[in-house]
Amino acid sequence: MANVPDNLHYSKDHEWVRVDGDTAVIGITDHAQDQLGDVVYVELPKAGEEFAANDSFGSVESVKAVSEIFTPVTGKVTETNDSLNDEPEKVNKDPYDEGWMIKMKMRNAGEVDSLLTAAEYEDFTKAESE
Amino acid sequence: MSQWTNYSIVMINKVTTHLSPNEALIFERSQTGRAGFMLPALDVDELSLDEIIPREFQRDDDLAGMPEVTEVDVVRHFTRMSTWNYSIDQGMYPLGSCTMKYNSRLNEKVARIADFANLHPLASESESQGALEVIYELQQHLAEITGLPGVSLQPAAGAHGEMTGIMIIRAFIDARDGKEESANRRTMLIPDSAHGTNPASAHLSGFTVKTIKSTAEGLTDLDHLRELCAHGDVAGLMLTNPNTLGLFERNIQEICRIVHDAGGLVYMDGANMNALVGIARPGDMGVDVIHLNLHKTFSTPHGGGGPGSGPCCCTKGLEPFLPVPRIVSTASGSDRIFKLDYNYPQSIGRVKAFLGNYGMMLRALAYTLTHGYDGLREATETAVLNARYIAHGLLSDYDKPFNGDPMHEVVFTDKRQARKGVHTLDIAKRLIDYGFHPMTIYFPLIVSGAMLIEPTESVGRQELDQFIDAMRSIAKEAVEDPELVLNAPHSTRIGRLDEAAAARKPVLRWKASAAAHAS
Repeated sequence: MANVPDNLHYSKDHEWVRVDGDTAVIGITDHAQDQLGDVVYVELPKAGEEFAANDSFGSVESVKAVSEIFTPVTGKVTETNDSLNDEPEKVNKDPYDEGWMIKMKMRNAGEVDSLLTAAEYEDFTKAESE
Repeated sequence: MSQWTNYSIVMINKVTTHLSPNEALIFERSQTGRAGFMLPALDVDELSLDEIIPREFQRDDDLAGMPEVTEVDVVRHFTRMSTWNYSIDQGMYPLGSCTMKYNSRLNEKVARIADFANLHPLASESESQGALEVIYELQQHLAEITGLPGVSLQPAAGAHGEMTGIMIIRAFIDARDGKEESANRRTMLIPDSAHGTNPASAHLSGFTVKTIKSTAEGLTDLDHLRELCAHGDVAGLMLTNPNTLGLFERNIQEICRIVHDAGGLVYMDGANMNALVGIARPGDMGVDVIHLNLHKTFSTPHGGGGPGSGPCCCTKGLEPFLPVPRIVSTASGSDRIFKLDYNYPQSIGRVKAFLGNYGMMLRALAYTLTHGYDGLREATETAVLNARYIAHGLLSDYDKPFNGDPMHEVVFTDKRQARKGVHTLDIAKRLIDYGFHPMTIYFPLIVSGAMLIEPTESVGRQELDQFIDAMRSIAKEAVEDPELVLNAPHSTRIGRLDEAAAARKPVLRWKASAAAHAS
C-alpha cells in the first residue's frame, strides 16, 4: 500500500504539498512514483518563474512514459531540487523528503484548503484503481 | 532426461539458452597488426606526406583505437549479429499502432528496377516522365482511398506528414481570417489517447494544445469537445481514427461538425488507416486533412531506417496550401505530360528535398496495384478479423479495459497479473522467450499497464493461435511461477536489461580504457 503521510495536502493529479509558513514544498506522491515506475529524468522550472494553480511546471520521465507535473497552488518558484538532475531515483526512493521538486512562495495560502487530506487522497487513489 | 527430450520441450515453448555467448564489440576483436588487405612492396620513391597534402589539411586527431581486423572478422561479426535480430520476415510483429505488416518481395523488385533506382534526382522533367507518372498515379490512388483530392508525397515520415498537415491548417486559417484575427485561433484540440507526435507537431506549428477527455467507452467525449469549442479560439482537432485504443470513433461526423461549426479544421492522424482502406474514407467523414504512413498501411519497409513516407492528403479547399512543387499532369491520354508546378502562391513551401522518399512511392504503388480495390478491402477486413480473433482469444486471461469490438488493434492490461506482481513489461519480456516480438506497451498512456496488440493481415490463423497460446501460457506462469516471468527473457544472449540505469547513466561511447578495466 502506498505511503500517504498525514501532514501533507494532496492534489488529484498526485502531487503533494507541504506548507511551511507561506512556502509550499511540492513533489509527487508515493502512489504516483509507483505508477510511473523508475524515474529517469525530472524537468523542473527555474527559480523566479510564476505559476497559477493547476499549471504544468515540469515533467517526470520514467522508463514507461513522460508525465507532466502540475502545481496545486499559485505562486513564484523560490527553489528547485537540483539534485534530481543526477539522482532522479530519489523520486522513487523517497518521494516525500529527498525527492521534493520545487518550493513556491504562495500567493494565496487559502488554496491548500481546497486540496485533499491524506484520508481523502487515499480514498481517491483506491477509487481510481478500481 | 535425454538431449532429444529436451529438444522437444524447446520446440514447444521455444525457450532455450543460446549456445554461443554474447558478441564482443568489433573494437574488442582488434589485434595489433591485423588488416583486411595486403599491399605490394613499394617500387617507387617514397614521398613525404607533407609534399602532397599541406599540413593544415592533414588529420591529426588520434586514430588509435580503430579496430585492426581482417575481412573475415568483419563479415562474421556483423553476420552473426544480424542473425540475432527479430524481423518481420521471421514472424508476427504485433506492435500496436505500428502496422508491422509483411513487405512483399515484388515491391522490393519494383523499387530496384534500374531505370527508377538510377535516375538522377536532378534529371530534367522530360527525362523523368516515367518517374513523375509513378508519383502522379500514386497521388490519384491515395486521393481515391482517402476521399481527399489534394495529395503531397513530400513528407518523409508520419510525424513529418502530421506537421505538414498542421502547417496547412495554420496557413488556411491565416488566409481565411487574416493574420491578426487568426492569432486568436491558436488552440489545437487533441484527445488524451493520441500519439505523442500530435502535440509535438501542434507545438512546433505554433499552437497551444488542449486535451480532450475520453469517455469510459474509450471514445472522444463530445460534451467536453463542445465545451472546448465554445471559446472561438480553436484552430483544429487532431484525431486518430480508429483511435489508439483500436476503437472506431463512431461519432466522427458529429465530431467534425462541432469543430467546423467552431471555425476549426479536422486533421486525422492516418496511423490506423489499415482499419479503413477500401471500406471507409476520411474525406467522407468530414476530415479536412490527413497524413498516411506508406511504411505502415502501404507495406513499405518500416524501421531499420525505412525510410518512411508520410503523404499528406487534403480537401479541395486546402489544396492551394500543399507543399510545392506539386506533380501535375497536362492534357490526357497518351499525350499526358507530367510537370513540377511551383505556381501555388499560398503554398506552405517545400518540406523535403527533391520529391520525397521515392523508393517508398514505387513500393506503395506496387502494393496498391497488385491488391486492387478488392484486395485492399480484403486486407483491411483480414486485419480487423485478426485483431478481433486475438481479442476473443485473450479475453479469458487478460483484462480488456474497453468493451467495444476493436478494429485492427486491441488493448489489454496487466490488471489481473499485477495482483501477483507481474506487470506489462514482464509479460512483454516473456513473450520474447516464446519467439514473438513484444506488443506495444504502456501506450496509450490513458490505459494503466497497456498492451496494444496489432497482428495485421499478414498472419494466418495458425500463427494467431500460437500467439494466443503463448500469451495464455504467460498468464498461467504469472500465477504459478511469477519469478519465471519477472526474470524473462531467458532465451536471449542478454537477459533483462536495467532500463532505468541505462536511461539515468547512459554509456554512449565505447572507451578502450573502460573495456580494458572491465576485462
